[in-house]
Amino acid sequence: MSGLNGLTLAVPRGALMRDTLALLDGLGVDTAEVRANDRKLLFEDAGIVTMRPSDVATYVEAGAADLGITGKDVLAEQSERAVYELLDLRFGACAMVVATTAGEDRLAESLRRLGVMRVATKYPKIATRHFERTGRQAEIVEVNGSVELAPLTGLAEGIVDLTATGTTLRENGLVVREEILASTARLIANPVAHKLKAAALDDLVARMREALRDG
Amino acid sequence: MSTIHPTPSGTRDVLPDEMRELHAVVESLRGVFGARGYGEVRTPALEYEQVLTRGDPAAADPAYKLFDEQGNVLVLRSDMTIPIARVVSSRYADADPPLRFCYVAHAYRSVRPQRGQDREMLQAGIEVVGVPGPEGTAEALTVLCEALDATGLEDYRVGLGDASLYPALLDAHDVDAGARAAILRELQARDFVGLERAIDGLGLGSDASRTLLDVPQRRGGAAVLEEVGASADGLRGVYAALPAAVAGRVIFDLGLARSLGYYTGAVFEVYDAALGVPLGGGGRYDDLLGRFGRDLPAAGWALNVERLHIALVGERRGERL
Repeated sequence: MSGLNGLTLAVPRGALMRDTLALLDGLGVDTAEVRANDRKLLFEDAGIVTMRPSDVATYVEAGAADLGITGKDVLAEQSERAVYELLDLRFGACAMVVATTAGEDRLAESLRRLGVMRVATKYPKIATRHFERTGRQAEIVEVNGSVELAPLTGLAEGIVDLTATGTTLRENGLVVREEILASTARLIANPVAHKLKAAALDDLVARMREALRDG
Repeated sequence: MSTIHPTPSGTRDVLPDEMRELHAVVESLRGVFGARGYGEVRTPALEYEQVLTRGDPAAADPAYKLFDEQGNVLVLRSDMTIPIARVVSSRYADADPPLRFCYVAHAYRSVRPQRGQDREMLQAGIEVVGVPGPEGTAEALTVLCEALDATGLEDYRVGLGDASLYPALLDAHDVDAGARAAILRELQARDFVGLERAIDGLGLGSDASRTLLDVPQRRGGAAVLEEVGASADGLRGVYAALPAAVAGRVIFDLGLARSLGYYTGAVFEVYDAALGVPLGGGGRYDDLLGRFGRDLPAAGWALNVERLHIALVGERRGERL
C-alpha cells in the first residue's frame, strides 16, 4: 500500500503543518498541491483536508475525516471527544504552563490574601482541572488570543498557556511558574473508521512509526 | 406573532414526517423480536435510585435525580438492562429460564455542554436471560443482525470483543492493582499513546510489553484470535455458534471496551460506514442478575433508534466514511 491507503486525513494548519507535511512526504503522499495552495482546504486526490488544529478532533470524531493530526494540548482541552489516540508523532513539542509577571508570584499572593486567583487562558478546561487537582481556588477568565496581555493589564494575575521556546513569555516579562502538561503532535482516528478500515489504518500507522524511527 | 419556547438542550420534538420513518424502523425491529419469541416489556422511566445502583453504581450513573413526596430519591433510567434485571428478580422470581424480553424505550443520559448530544434517546433492544455463553451470546448476535437486516441497513458490521480477555492478560503478567487500573483507564479512553507509556512503566520484558500493547489493537477476521491462545476460547465458542450470515458481519476487536461496567464476557458494537459513531451495542453480563437475587447468566443489546435512522438515510444517500 502507499500514500494514505485511501484514508482521509485532517491536517492542522499553523505550527504543526510543516512537520506534518514532511512526515507525509516520507510516506509517499503528494503534498505539492497542499504546499502550493494557502486558501484551498480540501485536497481530494491526496486525501487531505486542512483546518485549524483545534477543529481536527471535531472532524475526526464525526467521521468527516478518518484520521487527524493535532496537538496533545487540543486533545487534553477536548478530552470528551470520542477518538482513538494512536501515535505520538513527537514533533510540535511544547508545554502547557502557568506563568505570571516576573518578581513576586502574584498568583500565590492573591490566593493567600484574597482566597482566589484570576487566571486568563485559551484552555479553560485544562486550567480548571489543574487548579482543582492542586486544590487551589481559581477564577478562569477565557480569552481568545494574546493571553500574555492579561497579567500586564490587570485582567488576571497569571495565565495558563502553551509555550514552545518561551520567547513570547520572556518578551512580555512573564516567567513560567509551573508546567501542567508536555504536548506533542498526535495521530488520532475515528472509532468507526478504526474498525471498518482496520487494515488500511494499521498499515499507515506502521509506516508512520517506521518513518519516525528513521527520521 | 409567534413565540419560540425552547426544549432543554439535547431533547427535541419529533414531528409526523420523521415519526413515520422512525415508526417504520421500530416496527421492522419489533417484527423480528416477536418472531424470535421476545416479549415486549415496558418499565417506568422513573426508578428508585437505591434499586438501580444495586445493579452497578457506575453503570446506573443516573444523570437526573428528583425527590418524591416522601423524600425518596428517584432517577431517570440511563439504560433498560438494569430495569429488566429488576423485573426478572421481582416479577419472574419462580419462572423457569430461559426468559426473553425486548423493549423500545427512552433512556436518559447527561450531556456535555455544546456537544449536541442527546439527553433523551430512543433505544430498541433485547435481553436473553438464562442462556449461558456461547449459545446465549450467539443468539443475541443473530437476533441483532436479523433486526438490522429487517430495517434494510446494508453496510453494517459488528465489532466483537471480550471484556474479560484483557484483564485476564494483565493478571497473567502479574500486573498489580494500581497499574492495572491505570492501564484499563487508558484503554477505556482509547488512548494507545498513554497505554504504551503505562505498559512501559511496568518494567516487564520487551516481549511481554509488546503483547500487552498489541493485543488490544488487534482487529479483523478470525485470524486475530489465533495469536492470543486460550484466552480467546470464549470468542471462538461464540464464533463457532454463529450462522454464516452473522459470522460474515463480525470484526473481532480485542481492545473493545464498553463504557458500562457490568459486562463479564463477550461485548459488541454495531458500526455502519454511513455514520461516524456506533449505532449501539451490548454484551454478556453474567453477574448482574445475581445482584438482584436471581443468579442467571444473561446477554443483551440496545440499538439507538435515531442513529440507526440516520445511518439508513445516509446509506440511501450514498454517504460513506
